[in-house]
Amino acid sequence: MIGLSHYLILSGLLFSIGLMGVLRRRNLLMLFFATEIMLNSANVAFAAVSYFYNDLTGQMFAFFIIAVAASEVAVGLGLLIVLYKKFGTLDLDDLASMKG
Amino acid sequence: MYEQIAFYLFSVLTIGLFLVTVLTKNILYAMTSLAGGMVFISGFFFLLEADFLGVVQLIVYVGAVMALYAFAMMFFDATRDIKEKTTNNALVFFLGGMVALMLVIIFVAPIMGENIQAIYPPIEGAGNAQSVGLVLFTKYLVPFEVAAVMLLVAMIAGIILAGKKMDESLTTSEDDDDDDILEQEDTK
Repeated sequence: MIGLSHYLILSGLLFSIGLMGVLRRRNLLMLFFATEIMLNSANVAFAAVSYFYNDLTGQMFAFFIIAVAASEVAVGLGLLIVLYKKFGTLDLDDLASMKG
Repeated sequence: MYEQIAFYLFSVLTIGLFLVTVLTKNILYAMTSLAGGMVFISGFFFLLEADFLGVVQLIVYVGAVMALYAFAMMFFDATRDIKEKTTNNALVFFLGGMVALMLVIIFVAPIMGENIQAIYPPIEGAGNAQSVGLVLFTKYLVPFEVAAVMLLVAMIAGIILAGKKMDESLTTSEDDDDDDILEQEDTK
């Protein structure tokens, strides 16, 4: 039988994939994709806990996570467009303007 | 039986597609595989009897968010491969694995302590969408309204940030390329 631990392990795997992307990529758009993966893995964990404990609270939190992700994408893409207009690239190494 | 088959099929497909998203050099491949992974994630929600959440995942993520990415990609040069400096891969894998382990422990710890009790169990005789609506509009009404205001603020911010100087072209610089195009037309 598929239990709660199966879903939690899957969620942990997906989260680690997203985190690997955040740490490894240097392109800002790819960082956004990796963030989406991490948010989705948290959603899977919430839905699984909600199902196996007969409680709707997990699904509620998943809805609010989806709302947060949607607004994050709207603002973040606007910022990306402004950055691309200003610098002509989305590479984090080229965008570093402070010396330290 | 069918649940097991579906779970393992969906997990293999999701992990594979998200790995493609994280590891590929092409932005278009990354975006399409991310959209495919989102579709299979909604499959998990249907398995977990969270039907309404699955439909919302399909509409909001695969529909709206991916369309937004696709539109934003028109501003960037999407066909070119991304050149990135490779960082220390072993360290990245180690850190990612450790944080994922920590996440699993954080989720499992209250379950091990038997401290979880159902506050809002699904209502008897009502479907998933009905019980979600009942809980969302009674117990979680204030967070729902706050989320609505947050989405409005995000929409205004997106329009203002992206809307400045929309008449200027981004991909072709004003001086060189336009002249080249004109010259080519002249020679023809």
